Amino acid sequence: MEKVLMKGNEALAEAAIMAGCRHYYGYPITPQTEVAAYMAKRMPKIGGVFLQAESEIAAINMVIGTSAAGKRTMTSSSSPGISLKSEGISYLAGCDLPALVVNVQRGGPGLGGIQPSQSDYFQATKALGHGDFRRIVLAPASVQEMASLTFLGFDLADEYRMTVMILTDGTIGQMMEPVSLDFGELCEAVKDWATVGHKWERKPNIITSLSLQAEELERQNLERYERYKVVEENEVRYEEYRMEDAEICVVAFGVCARVAKNAVNAAREKGMKVGMIRPITLWPFPKDVLKKAADKCHTFVSVEMSMGQMVEDIELAIRCKRPVLCCARVGGMIPSPDEVLAKLDEAAKMGGTAE
Amino acid sequence: MIVFEKPKALTDAPMHYCPGCTHGIIHRLVAEALEELKVTGDTIGVAPVGCAVFAYNYFNCDMVEAAHGRAPAVATGIKRADPGKIVFTYQGDGDLAAIGTAETVHSAARGENITVIFVNNAIYGMTGGQMAPTSLPGQVTQTSPYGRDTATVGFPVKVCEMLSKVDGATYLERVAVNNVKNVRAAKKAIVKAFRNQIEGKGFSLIEVISSCPTNWGMTPQQALEWIDTNMIPYYPLGVYKDKYGEAEK
Repeated sequence: MEKVLMKGNEALAEAAIMAGCRHYYGYPITPQTEVAAYMAKRMPKIGGVFLQAESEIAAINMVIGTSAAGKRTMTSSSSPGISLKSEGISYLAGCDLPALVVNVQRGGPGLGGIQPSQSDYFQATKALGHGDFRRIVLAPASVQEMASLTFLGFDLADEYRMTVMILTDGTIGQMMEPVSLDFGELCEAVKDWATVGHKWERKPNIITSLSLQAEELERQNLERYERYKVVEENEVRYEEYRMEDAEICVVAFGVCARVAKNAVNAAREKGMKVGMIRPITLWPFPKDVLKKAADKCHTFVSVEMSMGQMVEDIELAIRCKRPVLCCARVGGMIPSPDEVLAKLDEAAKMGGTAE
Repeated sequence: MIVFEKPKALTDAPMHYCPGCTHGIIHRLVAEALEELKVTGDTIGVAPVGCAVFAYNYFNCDMVEAAHGRAPAVATGIKRADPGKIVFTYQGDGDLAAIGTAETVHSAARGENITVIFVNNAIYGMTGGQMAPTSLPGQVTQTSPYGRDTATVGFPVKVCEMLSKVDGATYLERVAVNNVKNVRAAKKAIVKAFRNQIEGKGFSLIEVISSCPTNWGMTPQQALEWIDTNMIPYYPLGVYKDKYGEAEK
């Protein structure tokens, strides 16, 4: 299939449709509006449902209803809206329902701004709602990945019966790039748990997150974490860039990875041995490849649009074996290649002190 | 000849409701309606948070348990996914008229083709008797120990009256279940609310004035009388909206 020129948010929406999503529920918020606008235009033409809900809370609960009915469904929002959805995301986890949730991040906290940000990293990867649960977090770094990770996300959500979050930002959402919409086979999961009416042919299906018996609730949590273990084993995704002989390892995702790649190339031209590991899944985090990198690299540099939120995950992955510097711009600012390069120079000076 | 039996739309699970609570009657009326209309096998119910949270153990149809107040949004998602199915919510007053007010009003405004069973007993039962959005002026509860003071906490929300101004709503009726005559009228209203959905007529809500002897601090008998003497005067029974003008008198 040939490539077409698309905006990131629109490529994401079209990929969702190609993945079989026919029910989109949303609420207007900048900078994810293109997703809703695209769905509003497309869904009625293909027999799908676009519904603008009365609130983010209602939208995620409509997602719960449609997912319970066994259909692929999604919602999208931006940071403040995701906070509102967190209640429903916890219920999705408690009910073991699949869903795709998109966060086109903006700077926070509070109302914050409307410029790109990655400051919902903690929220997305650690605590997207109350209770013990995980969700898969995919971080696209191009318009192509906005599409292909969305398509993949629906499969993962169905396979593991959990929420998949696309964690992106206004830059990736609004930039235009050529994209191929050829994703291969569509997987259709069997959903014998769905509430579609029993027709007197089986016992009623009940979808609930309530469990007042402590032993039973514990059993459910343990079962869920067994499933998460499989996700951690099978679904870690990352990109390694010029890591063969690297002594400094840059870690960056999303738009920061694009900036950092330029900085890595510039550093290489200066003769510095720098490479990059780009997590594509932020959960499960690519711990093993980072741990391995710590054998050879004397310093790590996290490039992010948050106040070092990813630094903690890198430190954990490498068991604090090496120093982790942070090159951060926040509030809607994007780090420049020069800023990253300056941080790499700082990292290079630490070479002698590491061991 | 069998003259009376349990509807098949109810399971055999023993109900957890307090003695004298009217939830059991309302469950039965809903189940009878589903059975009479022969839709139990095509029905998905949405349970609330509140005393009826375990409704999914009692209705013999597919059920989803929603977050507090979100039942109409969850029901919307189910109905939109599968418009041929029958979808109902079963909600209490705190759920529907406080934390879920937005979901209630907007599912009505959209004319969502669902049936809402709204149980109004003027108190939060499950959590032990706190003031509800529908608690009467002066009513003593755990969180209004000196009586509901309208000067500081405002007035009860009259759901049927409020929704009657919403263009999208199709059928709104307030009924009670404190005596045989009222139970019969309630049954009629509930059947109609489901029939409306089957006929694609849109949003129907039946508000059922219910008792809570435990948290009202009364005997079951006193509670049923209190409905007549206190609840119904504040919440008059009757049809509040009938878009198709065919209310059965």
